[in-house]
Amino acid sequence: MRGIRRAFPGVLALDGVDFTLRAGEVHALMGENGAGKSTLVKVLTGVHPRDGGEVRLNGSLIHPASPQDAQALGISTVYQEVNLIPGLSAAENIMLGRLPRRWGRIDWGAVNRRAELAMGRLGLDLDVTQPVGSCSIAIQQMTAIARALDVQAKALILDEPTSSLDAQEAQNLFSVIRKLRDDGLGIVFITHFLGQVYDIADRITVLRNGKLVGEYETASLPRLELVARMMGRDPDEVAALESARPADAAKTEERKPFLSVRGLGRRGSIRPFDLEVAQGEVVGLAGLLGSGRTEAARLLFGADRAETGSVTAGDRSGVPGSCRQAIAWGLGFCPEDRKAEGIVPDLSVRENIALALQARRGVLRRLSRKQQTEIADRYIRELSIVTPDAETPIRSLSGGNQQKALLARWLAADPRLLILDEPTRGIDVGAKFEVAKAIEELRAAGMAILFVSSELEEVVRSCGRVAVLRDREKIGELAGPDVSAQGIMATIAGSQPKGSTEAEVRL
Amino acid sequence: MRRPPSQPSISASRKAKEPLRYLNRSTFPFAATVLVFVLIYVAASLHYTGFSRPQVFLNLLADNAFVGVAAVGLTFVILTGGIDLSVGSAVGCGSIVIATLVEKQHVHPYVAILLVLAMGATVGSGMGALIRYFDLPPFLVTLAGLFLYRGIGLLVSMESVSIMHPLFARLSMAGVPLGDAGSLQLTAIVFLLVVAVGIYLSRHTTFGRVTYAIGGSEQSALLMGLPVGTTKTGVYALSGFCSALASVVYAVYTSSGNANAGTGLELDAIAAVVVGGTLLSGGTGYVAGTLVGVLIFGVIQTAITFQGTLSSWWTKIAAGTLLLLFILLQRAMHRRAR
Repeated sequence: MRGIRRAFPGVLALDGVDFTLRAGEVHALMGENGAGKSTLVKVLTGVHPRDGGEVRLNGSLIHPASPQDAQALGISTVYQEVNLIPGLSAAENIMLGRLPRRWGRIDWGAVNRRAELAMGRLGLDLDVTQPVGSCSIAIQQMTAIARALDVQAKALILDEPTSSLDAQEAQNLFSVIRKLRDDGLGIVFITHFLGQVYDIADRITVLRNGKLVGEYETASLPRLELVARMMGRDPDEVAALESARPADAAKTEERKPFLSVRGLGRRGSIRPFDLEVAQGEVVGLAGLLGSGRTEAARLLFGADRAETGSVTAGDRSGVPGSCRQAIAWGLGFCPEDRKAEGIVPDLSVRENIALALQARRGVLRRLSRKQQTEIADRYIRELSIVTPDAETPIRSLSGGNQQKALLARWLAADPRLLILDEPTRGIDVGAKFEVAKAIEELRAAGMAILFVSSELEEVVRSCGRVAVLRDREKIGELAGPDVSAQGIMATIAGSQPKGSTEAEVRL
Repeated sequence: MRRPPSQPSISASRKAKEPLRYLNRSTFPFAATVLVFVLIYVAASLHYTGFSRPQVFLNLLADNAFVGVAAVGLTFVILTGGIDLSVGSAVGCGSIVIATLVEKQHVHPYVAILLVLAMGATVGSGMGALIRYFDLPPFLVTLAGLFLYRGIGLLVSMESVSIMHPLFARLSMAGVPLGDAGSLQLTAIVFLLVVAVGIYLSRHTTFGRVTYAIGGSEQSALLMGLPVGTTKTGVYALSGFCSALASVVYAVYTSSGNANAGTGLELDAIAAVVVGGTLLSGGTGYVAGTLVGVLIFGVIQTAITFQGTLSSWWTKIAAGTLLLLFILLQRAMHRRAR
């Protein structure tokens, strides 16, 4: 791809980007959110038309106008959000669009056989007639890859394929990728996990703000330098941020507990657990995917109703029965899935920010337009949310900025305890540092914070105390000097070691 | 979306073949529908003498044929996550057009029937094209279709027109004798044929599978490179054709045309489709379920007729209650699946 340009209203998403994929290599495409990685992929696969530049495949110019076109040319893509039809079987999801037929009707036997073969290529042996919606995310991911490969692909594009896989599943995927590479496929790999890039990629192309920063051999680009190039910062500055850890985060003694939870639980969601969070303290909730972190947070906030136990927040106590009640108690909750549970995509940034504060005040005490604008402008400034103005619909912001706007929503409501569920999921390095900085400032100002994250490094960096969950049960708590990635993993591994649990450094 | 519990390893999940394996989220509502139908039918047979005679069941098919034919077409639309509100007034408009053509213009009945079928398919694909190319909400486009059909029908004739043509008399009497059991009328045969074709289309053709895919996730279907646009137009054309066929069945069944026929039929059809286990949001459901859904409402109506003392409006009350129960059931299934 040479000199690719693509403009969206108001933004030049790609500005003269070059990208070369060779057969038989794994090529990582790196950059912060909004750097243009996904746009580049979508131009390549014909989802978006390009405004300039040329694409050559094996030397000849191509003009894919739709994903179908690109597929026919041998360019297959697995998009960031797994794109499958949940109600249909895995086999059908793999074969749909190319269903083998006999005498005009679909030959279901052949469909299932070919799907099993395709899954077999990926080292999977499973019942392909199960509806894909009832399979785990990992299997859904593999199904999407099997679909992409079944079309005689020459180039395979994987956009964030590991964001919902655990370490073991990611390793399985990598062995598949290596096998495909050795078969001569060119593979584009997009990810936020730096560690994985060094595991698997032969070459790295870095984008920043829609421009090409450069193409590098993985071996000749140290990790720190890669981060610096993605952020457009000085490597030394990054090193300083990396090692920064709030000096007094560990000092959690004689603080007055703001929140204390006794035996809160719900069947099928999480076993009864105790937890305390003091003012001016950041407590982490750590654990593997599906260990009950989000469930615990939802019970606390009244999003799901607890069956046992009670919560004391400040001078109120009881079982939070609804989110409204939890907000009245001074709790705030930044949910994990910002698209489904957080932002209201068509409302403006201002309206999204004012939402929680308005809910807390009730319908009768309406916020005036002027007050709303003031609040929105203040947080846009303080959190450096990148948006043309406060009236822009929030859907047009990048993921990281949406996350910051959500954070602003809860800060505007001035909660005494803020629950952050995966606040840095899928956002870029720079935004992550800003979120971490914001958390530290809030803590210093006396807010109690419950920090839910699967990124151990972040938990360790931000939290003075960490509650560890496994299999929907709280299994331990680490405090002070014990808070370390190794400590948390050792606790999770505990009596039930999970093989080689290696630390995944995720920036 | 919440995450499912992580699995120990991807390769270790071949499911054991437990007996209830086939009772999953999409088959359960269908199984429940069949069960409800059987329960009502058996209860009514035990309670009312003569209810269990085969002819009562055969009449059930014939009496509900025109609703059923329209409901099968509608099932495809609903499977894509869309809706077609025009089916009821299409029945009224189609029947009066046939009656007027045959009686007033002396057109041969077969020609009139073909004309009406062509009209239905054309109007249907027109609405489908609007929905496809201008991305208009199906609810509003087909609501406009509802008014247009009804208006045109009333413009043709405000009065009901009886069809005296001997061919119609023969068609309405035609049927396959089944010995002691009675006879299966032509309208019932058409209904069953439409169901059979519907099942085949939905299960064994790319058109059918893409219909499910669009309802499951239109975005994914697009990114998979499936023919989303043509299929969308196709389901509305199919539904238009089916409702035109329903108007023919109605004209044969009553030997008349009436511009006001089929008022509210679209709602009965939607109810039958939903009770048949098809999700209104699309993606899951069965054409066979729609057949059972239509029969459930039919058997309730027949039972109330057998009762004799109850007002026939109790049918509506029973239908409403049943519909409510079914959507609650579907929601409960959905909750559990999460």
